[in-house]
Amino acid sequence: MERHDASITVIRPESGWLALNLTDLWRYRELVYFMTWRDIIVRYKQTLLGAGWAILRPFLTMVVFSIFFGELAKVPSEGVPYPIFTYTALLPWELFAAALSVASRSLVQNSHMITKVYFPRLILPLAAILAGVVDFLIAFVILIGMMAYYGITPTPAVWTLPLFLLLTLVTSLGVGLWLSALNVLYRDVGYVTPFLTQFWLFITPIAYGASLVPEQWRFLYALNPMVGVVNGFRWALLGIQTAAPDSQLVTSVIVSLVLLVSGLFYFRRMERLFADMV
Amino acid sequence: MRFETMGTIAIRTEKLGKQYRIGLPAVRYQTLRESLGERLVSPVRRLRSNADEYGKIWALRDVSFEVQQGQVLGVIGRNGAGKSTLLKLLSRVTYPTEGTAQIHGRVGSLLEVGTGFHPELTGRENIYLNGAILGMKRHEIERKFDEIVSFAEVEKFIDTPVKRYSSGMYLRLAFAVAAHLEPEILVVDEVLAVGDAEFQRKCLGKMSDVAQQGRTVLFVSHNMSAILRLTEETLVIEKGRLALRAPTPQAVDYYLSRGFSQEGKRIWAEDEIPPEAAPFHPIGIRILNPHGEVADTVRSVEPVTVEIEYSLAAPVVGLRVGIYLLSTRGEYIFTSFDTDEPEHFERLATRPAGHYISRCTIPADFLNEGRYVVAVNASSFRVRRYFQDDQALSFNVDATGAPGMHWPEPRLGPVRPRLEWKIEAIK
Repeated sequence: MERHDASITVIRPESGWLALNLTDLWRYRELVYFMTWRDIIVRYKQTLLGAGWAILRPFLTMVVFSIFFGELAKVPSEGVPYPIFTYTALLPWELFAAALSVASRSLVQNSHMITKVYFPRLILPLAAILAGVVDFLIAFVILIGMMAYYGITPTPAVWTLPLFLLLTLVTSLGVGLWLSALNVLYRDVGYVTPFLTQFWLFITPIAYGASLVPEQWRFLYALNPMVGVVNGFRWALLGIQTAAPDSQLVTSVIVSLVLLVSGLFYFRRMERLFADMV
Repeated sequence: MRFETMGTIAIRTEKLGKQYRIGLPAVRYQTLRESLGERLVSPVRRLRSNADEYGKIWALRDVSFEVQQGQVLGVIGRNGAGKSTLLKLLSRVTYPTEGTAQIHGRVGSLLEVGTGFHPELTGRENIYLNGAILGMKRHEIERKFDEIVSFAEVEKFIDTPVKRYSSGMYLRLAFAVAAHLEPEILVVDEVLAVGDAEFQRKCLGKMSDVAQQGRTVLFVSHNMSAILRLTEETLVIEKGRLALRAPTPQAVDYYLSRGFSQEGKRIWAEDEIPPEAAPFHPIGIRILNPHGEVADTVRSVEPVTVEIEYSLAAPVVGLRVGIYLLSTRGEYIFTSFDTDEPEHFERLATRPAGHYISRCTIPADFLNEGRYVVAVNASSFRVRRYFQDDQALSFNVDATGAPGMHWPEPRLGPVRPRLEWKIEAIK
């Protein structure tokens, strides 16, 4: 019989801003894996189309955007066919949008666990977001098909794609942590999140190219970390040079990290109240 | 002194306390509007009710004790006395408001059987998930997998989603995972109240095993016979404070005598009513003899009236107020609610706000002699339990005049009905 964590746990009142206690998160890393896995399995078992949704959502959005923005409004697409131009942006966007929605609900939905057993609460929004990566990968297969169809070969910079994926996840987690913690305190967040996501869609270059934004507004525009993400995807996959990494990307990365770190601290600050409130 | 005991102490708490705020915001979530409203209103309210203590209750206060490694310690107390809060603090579900606790080793608790079980997942999948939630490592779960499955007796259904399990199977599986956690400190809260007798025996057996392996067990229960059987020392918690720590028989005596010296009636004090009870507000419960007098001892041959007085601050849909009658050993004798009759239930589908008494009569020639415990429950089925007091009061039944009294022997069983016998001689 082994002795586990024969360490001493000291329980004492905590208030104000707390240390992040990431060692505890590390100790529970397997739970991150299991919770992610649960979220994936349950989603695919409960829905009729299962994995089909991962493809249908971005695909149908692409079709609608292509008709209205590409064909009718003639939004310029930087020399690549409009459908693939917008689909490339929709991939990280869908991941982000779904992450906000599931992460914001993650604590409230798992309240029965929070009120009964200790584990780092951070795992709940984290696992909810990571589960979305599977949808992302499935939808990515369609992109590969579209690239083959349009005869577009990825640029040598395609190796940077995982980094942009990481930036998407960091941003999602940052915003997701804020929303999930706020949702425990104020259920208004449930109403605000869809609106926030819709609003965010328009300030992100999904249906249009970032180069449409006038030069003097670029800095302000880049404060939205998803701008850096979408530009990165278009640059790495489609070779769109106006989307190449520049100071805007630096701004996006910094904002994203600020969101993550502030989200972590805010989450930790509220964490001790969760069991009493949900 | 402290030096000698170091290394053998499993739990040490010092002046542990937990304060809850009633209403806002610590108990229930709020909407932004309420929060903003509260900001505007609260200065006025603060003036009206002198200061900080407004709407705050200490669920637990000033609790200091030590538990040696390998000790099996009982924890008893009325509902709302703070037992659950103590367990929640020790298992780190919630944080204390003051004081500290030191825990040496991993705490596993059986108060969360089935936590994180997902109906769509199979038994196998749930074992892994639940194990991980309870803090087990993957290899640990793999090692104990077969043992868990056979303990739960679900071998045949291990790859079936648990939503197709019977409630018994579900419970067995949930308990099996928790019981195989092998923490240094095991916290058990009332799991034994569920499941069939066979399963309860199995759980108690598992608990004794755990204790014999030198683990520390904190056992919370209303079942005095289980407490007496499994523990040597017991904490009695009263109104959030540690009232007594004594050898178990002494602690149980103290608890029973304290709890039950209610003389046929019980008025709930303000601090015994949890804030979640609102809009239900219990006032009192009385035992009445046929002359309408409050009585601690009633006669078996006469009807007994039980009346529960309460008020509703708001209309409640589907409310039922009722009693459980139990033996002092914690065995249930019957359950009855004031809206058991369908026409009552329909007439009071929504019970308006107001002041009520729900009254019932236990018929004559029904109870055997002995002491009985009345528990009170006010709930809306499948919606909410507003209030429950598992030891609202107790009363004595005197069997003078009851059937069979000409034989001076104790009659087995909690009821002593007067049955109509016919004796027929066959020619």
